[in-house]
Order: sequence, then structure tokens, then C-alpha cells
Amino acid sequence: MQLEDLLKQVTDRFNFDDTPKQPPFKCPRCSESTDTKTLSDNMWVCPKCGYHSRISAFDRIKMTADEGSFTETDKGLSSLNPIEFPGYEEKISEMQEKTGLTEAVITGICTIHNEKCVIGVMDSHFMMASMGSVVGEKITRAFELAQREKLPLVLFTASGGARMQEGLVSLMQMAKTSGAAARLSQSGGLYITVLTDPTTGGVTASFASLGDVIIAEPKALIGFAGRRVIEGTIKQRLPEDFQSAEFMLENGFVDMIVDRKNMRRTISHLIRLHRPNGERTVPEAPAK
Amino acid sequence: MDDLILTPFDRLSIVRHKNRPTIKDYLPLIFTDFFEMHGDRYHGDDRAILGGICRFDGKPVTVIAEVKGRDVFENKEVNFAMPHPDGYRKALRLAKQAEKFSRPVICFIDTPGAYCGVGAEKRGQGEAIARNLYEFMTLRTPVVSVVLGEGGSGGALALGVCDELAMLENAVYSVISPRGFASLLWKDASREEEACNIMRITAEDAVSLGVADHIIAEPAGGAHNDMETTAENISKTLCKMLKSNSQKNIDDLLNSRYNKFRRIGEFSEITPS
Ligand SMILES: [Zn+2]
Repeated sequence: MQLEDLLKQVTDRFNFDDTPKQPPFKCPRCSESTDTKTLSDNMWVCPKCGYHSRISAFDRIKMTADEGSFTETDKGLSSLNPIEFPGYEEKISEMQEKTGLTEAVITGICTIHNEKCVIGVMDSHFMMASMGSVVGEKITRAFELAQREKLPLVLFTASGGARMQEGLVSLMQMAKTSGAAARLSQSGGLYITVLTDPTTGGVTASFASLGDVIIAEPKALIGFAGRRVIEGTIKQRLPEDFQSAEFMLENGFVDMIVDRKNMRRTISHLIRLHRPNGERTVPEAPAK
Repeated sequence: MDDLILTPFDRLSIVRHKNRPTIKDYLPLIFTDFFEMHGDRYHGDDRAILGGICRFDGKPVTVIAEVKGRDVFENKEVNFAMPHPDGYRKALRLAKQAEKFSRPVICFIDTPGAYCGVGAEKRGQGEAIARNLYEFMTLRTPVVSVVLGEGGSGGALALGVCDELAMLENAVYSVISPRGFASLLWKDASREEEACNIMRITAEDAVSLGVADHIIAEPAGGAHNDMETTAENISKTLCKMLKSNSQKNIDDLLNSRYNKFRRIGEFSEITPS
């Protein structure tokens, strides 16, 4: 598929309001099944246990940004094959067709309850949102855009870690994005991260852990090393809640756990609280 | 080693050789007046990372190094050079101290990777590495790094945000161990050698990918065959790297450090019509 066609498909997906037809959702936390309609009406949160399931970047933007406020940035970036890993290009095209995404992150500018910000959303359906050159570059540009435009940056993270198929180049994206985070911070810019299921590996060990405010969604998997790697090292089974959002909160690496239904309000409040007088960009509309 | 073509897997075998010199061997050959400093001031002292102040070429420097053990006892002490968050936080403490006293920082990378364990997760392995990447990028003093043997993943990069990076001729630097690579991508850890040979992990690869700036020659067969000569070669490269970076204005230095990493990445870009 040509990239131009793909971009059109992406645009269409934003404009087409449908409920995806999927088999019933089986919750990975409580194993209960829920039909797709119920789940989508509940913002893709398991009604039985409150697990916040993985959603597409399109759905995330739709439920986070004010309607019609989102403008995508840097959407023409697409992966090459820096270490010439066999089959990588094919894998990328296959994922592009399957997800309608060009890569594992969408970035742009939007308003959330009228508060303008730069936003980035990672999508775990695209190669587990692993970070290669494109993800690293788009995240870095989002930091730079926020700094240039003096806007807050809100990143929804999800990732299996570094993009192995890009070898050392993917590892370096950790330094690149963290350096961009440091520069935004030094310029006084606000950076909010929302850790969603799953945020692990090289993304946890770089920009995801560097927010001024770190929010997590309930029951999200958050950690550095893979659970099975640790179990292999210590030759023991780990407790169920190990590396959960709640575990990270308890150990001091997350500021707050926020339900999806309260996410917009929390983010917009936080943005306002970081203004010198806590003012709103636009006066609040009268309550309905 | 000009007469011999070594595969990446051969090089990996050389850096994993039981007599491969470690920072403990090189330290007295390269530096004088070494004072070791311990602890991160939060939790403990991680022996997988050694740090302290000493003289290089007569001038004060801060040295931060990942430590491989030379035998089973040393390896137990240094946890096979796999640091916990406490090690990275000790490294950061010493780096901030170097910044305060305007000493250059010299990092030595030699680790299979950051430790994967329960304590490491509880104390925030991810945050500790991230914090180092963030802080080293804006550290207002020259930072140079040398990969001595294995540069494994984020655990190596945590000491790898620097103005210039050198690698010993046989050293490797990779996003994951070749065994891990094979097991993740092919679900078959036994294809380690094959993984090793396609991952582009050698010093030459790192130079061509824009990650490393210098290759430090090793004697024929590897550093263990002549530690003194290797140490001398490391000293010469350190001298060169410190000289070129110490003369720069600090803001220029930080811009070029940022851009060194900012440039890395390969992608295509079209402007949508
Ligand atoms: Zn559930």
C-alpha cells in the first residue's frame, strides 16, 4: 500500500464513527467475557474488574481530545531498515495495513476541555508499540514542538520496549527522547505522562518515567524487565500485582492512578494548575 | 589483528574470555590517586558500579565504571556487572558532583545489561536509567565513555550519554544480548551466533551507525594478551577525547551532545498533500 493511501485511510478512520466488530472481550486480568458493545460503552474498561484494556490510538484521541480539535503532526514518517533485518519492511507494511497506522505513535496538537496541548499516543497494536527510529523521532519532535510553542505535552505511553529489529539504533532513541524531555523541562515546559497497559522496557527506562506528573491507568502493566525474564532469573513465580500500576504507585514511581472516565478532566485541571495563576485558557461554559 | 577477519561472534567470544581485563585491571594503569566513593545516599552501595575521583594525566577526573568480576567470588560481589537502580543513582550522584567541581566524567561500560529482579523493579530500574539519560544529557561538564567489553542494552546506555564514545576493538554494543534477540524474534535462543552476526554490534558498526566516535586498538587475539598496551591505547584515546571537549564552551558542548543523539535514526518522510 502506498503511504499516501495509508494516510487517507488513517484520516478516514478518524472521521468514520463505527463500533469495531470484534469477538467478545476476554479480560486478561479477571478472565471474564464482555461483549464489545458493553465494553465500548464503558470506554473499553472491563466492567467486572476495572482493567483498562488496550485501545487504539484513534480511540484514545477520540475520547481525550475535544471534538474536532486534533491536528496530526509529522504523519509522513515511516520506518526504514537500519540494520537490514530480514523481513522488517514486510512486517512494517503488514502492520500498517492491519492497524491503519503508519507507525506505533500518533502525535499532534489538540485541546482537552479547551486547554491546548501537544499530544502523543502510542498504540500497542502496532508491533507492541516498540520504539524504533520513527517512534523516537516523533516523540522527540513532540517535545521540541511543545518547547517551541510553549504548550504542555501529554504523552499516553504503551510499549513493549525497544524495536529489536532496528538494533542499536533503537536503543539510542531512549537517549534521544530523554534528552528532548530534559530540554523541555529546562525551558519550564509541563510534561504529563499517562502510562497505559503495557508500558515496559526501553520506554519505561526513558521518556515514560520522566514526566513532571506521572499518571497511570488502573491495572496497567508497568515495569522495566519482562515478568518471565525475572521469573527465570529468580526461579520463582511473581505475585499477580507485580509491576501493576498499583505496585508502581505503592513503590513511588507514579503520582496517581486515574480512571479513563476522569482522564480528560484530570489532565485539563493539571494543565491549569501549572499556569502562574491557575487560569483557564477559555472561560468555562455555563454548566448544563 | 589485520591478518584475520573476525566475525561479530568471534568478538563476543573475546570479550567474554575469562581473562578479559576489567576496569579493576585498567584503573591503576590509567589513573593515579584513586579514591573510591560508595553509595547512592538512598538505599545502598551497588558494587556492580564503581566510582570515585582520581587523576588522569595529572588532572582531577570522576570515574564511573561497570565492573565485571574476574572470578566467581568477584562476580558474586559485583552481580556479574548487572547494576541495580542504586548503582545508576550512585553514578548520577558522582556525575553531579563532578559537574559541581568542574571535573570531566569518564564512564566505562562493561555490562550484559541492567539487573532484572524484584528489588530492581521495586526500586525503579526504569526510572533510574531514564533519570541518568536525562541528567547526563544536560550535565554541564564534559562526559566521555568507553565500552570495554559488553555494552548491553539500557544498562549500558545509562553510562553512555556522552560527548564522545570510544569502543575497544572487540567490544560490542547492542540493544539486547544476541541470545535474547534470537529468543525474542525467532523464539529460539540457540540461534545466538546467527543473531550476533546480523545485529551489527561491533565497534565498526557502532561507528557507522553514528553511535561510537573512536575505536581503540587491541593487541592480537584480544586485550587479555597485553593489558598494558591496551591500557596505553585507552589512555591515548581518553586524552584525545578530553582535550577536544574540554576546550568547548559549555553550551556548545551540550548542544553537540544533544545533536549527537538527536541525529540517530533512519526513516523516510513524505509531506502529505
Ligand atoms: Zn476484568
